[in-house]
Amino acid sequence: MKQFCVNIESKAQRYERGKSLRLKGSQILLETLVKEGVDVIFGYPGGAVIDIYHELPNYPIRHVLVRHEQAAVHAADGYARSSGRIGVALVTSGPGATNTVTGIATAYMDSIPIVILTGQVPTMLIGNDAFQEADIVGITRPCTKHNYLVKDIVELAQVIREAFYIARTGRPGPVLIDLPKDVMNSFCEYDFPETIHLRGYNPTVKGHVGQIKRAVTEILNAEKPVLLGGGGVISSNGAEEFRFIAQKFKIPVATTLMGLGSFSENDDLSLGMLGMHGTYPANMSITNCDLLISVGARFDDRVTGKLDEFASLAKIIHIDIDPTSISKNVKVDIPIVGDVKTTLKQMTEILKKEDKGKEGKKKRKEWLDQIAEWKITYPLSYVQKNVIKPQFVVEKISELTKGEAIVTTEVGQNQMWTAQYYKFTRPRTLLTSGGLGTMGYGFPAAIGAQIAFPDRLVIDIAGDGSIQMNIQEMATAVQHGLPIKIAILNNGYLGMVRQWQELFYDRRYSQTHMNTAPDFIKLAEAYGAVGLRAVKPDEVVPLIQKALSTPRLVIMDFVVEPEECVYPMVPSGSPINKMLLV
Amino acid sequence: MQHTLSILVENKPGVLSRIAGLFSGRGFNIESLSVAETLDATISRMTIVTRGNDQILEQIIKQLNKLVNVIKVIDFVNGDFVNREMALIKVTVADENRSELLNIVDIFRGKVVDVGPDAYVVEVTGDGGKLDAIINLCKPMGIKEVARTGKVAMMRGTKQKG
Repeated sequence: MKQFCVNIESKAQRYERGKSLRLKGSQILLETLVKEGVDVIFGYPGGAVIDIYHELPNYPIRHVLVRHEQAAVHAADGYARSSGRIGVALVTSGPGATNTVTGIATAYMDSIPIVILTGQVPTMLIGNDAFQEADIVGITRPCTKHNYLVKDIVELAQVIREAFYIARTGRPGPVLIDLPKDVMNSFCEYDFPETIHLRGYNPTVKGHVGQIKRAVTEILNAEKPVLLGGGGVISSNGAEEFRFIAQKFKIPVATTLMGLGSFSENDDLSLGMLGMHGTYPANMSITNCDLLISVGARFDDRVTGKLDEFASLAKIIHIDIDPTSISKNVKVDIPIVGDVKTTLKQMTEILKKEDKGKEGKKKRKEWLDQIAEWKITYPLSYVQKNVIKPQFVVEKISELTKGEAIVTTEVGQNQMWTAQYYKFTRPRTLLTSGGLGTMGYGFPAAIGAQIAFPDRLVIDIAGDGSIQMNIQEMATAVQHGLPIKIAILNNGYLGMVRQWQELFYDRRYSQTHMNTAPDFIKLAEAYGAVGLRAVKPDEVVPLIQKALSTPRLVIMDFVVEPEECVYPMVPSGSPINKMLLV
Repeated sequence: MQHTLSILVENKPGVLSRIAGLFSGRGFNIESLSVAETLDATISRMTIVTRGNDQILEQIIKQLNKLVNVIKVIDFVNGDFVNREMALIKVTVADENRSELLNIVDIFRGKVVDVGPDAYVVEVTGDGGKLDAIINLCKPMGIKEVARTGKVAMMRGTKQKG
């Protein structure tokens, strides 16, 4: 068998190699990845993927060695969310593969396009309980958009192309490819498949014109309309079209957690986030509107509260690429299946034609006045005394970064305070685990974002609990010289669960008091990073400034009010206008 | 309400598991299931009988369509369609009930496909009600075993729904 010697080839030769070449499975994999535009892989080697790692140095792909496979997937996810490109993770079989499951489920719930490559034992041994064997295709079937086990090298290139196509089209999502070791080290003619043919997969991109026309009529006639922006606005790159409709027709905008950044919060029309920890004006507007235009949002239970009373006075227009999202939770009047960006463009054209008298705007003055009043009566608020309030920290980070940093969060109070107090101005600047709620997501996601954007400021806003779920990635960040800033809102509690215990479980703080944590300054130093700490309110701003001017990985440890709660809060199962305010 | 779904899928490993997993993971119910290749060997037809209100059925069908390996889903809820199940029934026979059993099999247009000294295996095809009926009639004679297939279904006439 003729072995192709890649080492002596130039890059140009490699691309010119063309068809009818006998390549090893691992080479076919990497060739095809390069052709798909992959230039970085987050991964961790192991026995079943040695063949791939052996070939990797021959290809123009950067490899980021993580310290735990879960982090590889979160980093690929952070890379994808921040850049809009597909993130790729590569891990070994068995435990390497099972460690990716949380990361995959996180990406699946938030519709993030990533491709996960897992090693597998040789095909001969599959099903044999071999060393480091796990049925990862079986395990991840319910949390991937699709997955593959490549048993025959002939299918390899085609499968990789399909995986990338499926990951990025339609409602995006994670796709896993399981690669047995013998497939990676056997040979085959390489022929880059130019076409993809999937009989059962054909997502609807353009919205139905008749439905869009009906929607336009409703929009022009509405007196109290609200736009609801979800993650779909961001993932379809439709923020510009979304903003245009809002501003041109003076429609106030609420966003979901996943939709933050789809509309600048500096705009007067912005209502902020809605839902369980949504703002008063957002929740009141949704409850009182006569038309709700939901764009790329899926009406999660944290958004709707009690379903019967959610936007019960309104007609609902629902634009979403996934037909299963429509009328799953909330019954809608005008469903439009399609890509958000494409559909909004179609809608804008029709709106421009139909809106002759500009009557819509006049009628809305009363509604906009009402919203302005809600904003003044119940703004987000907290009282700062001698102890640092976590909200204050986020507010100052927001001011000092002008709302332009890429912000990742962990999950819990830190996430909600970030959503409330960081004023997002652009899409793809908030990376947060919205659907699955994965603690330990933020830091590895920040690594992925910083790899995608080496020159931008990336901040992980964390709690003292969740940062410890993937703290080992400090080594990854230092190894790659990534100047990420970690802000720990250190309250010594698993704060969100403690808050529920305080409000709904008789203050029985069962197992939420984390009274033993590492000294984060020493920890940072141990990893070769910088650790800073603020204890008093007047230390906060200088500390953030110092961190921002330090071109290294920095942990900012903010010792904050231990028993602060996130408000407003809608108790689980209540209507969203029944908020607990401060 | 009971629905019969006919699902055309790519004949690939793991497809059954994807469909079964979708039903269990989302709390839907499978009452019966049958799978076999179609004329095109790369495509299989699954016939699934399920139950739910309109909203649940809408979700089931949308979720099935979302699976990459699913080519087409047809809901036979109120269409003009034929549906059949088959059963093999092993009935104890003695001298006094032999002719009665053969009579019943004849009335139901079934067949005796295996004859033993003290038991016959009867093959019957029909809708679920017909199979229930013959099983009930055989019960007094003593049924040793029953094996029933899931339902298969098809539109009547020349109309082709996939």
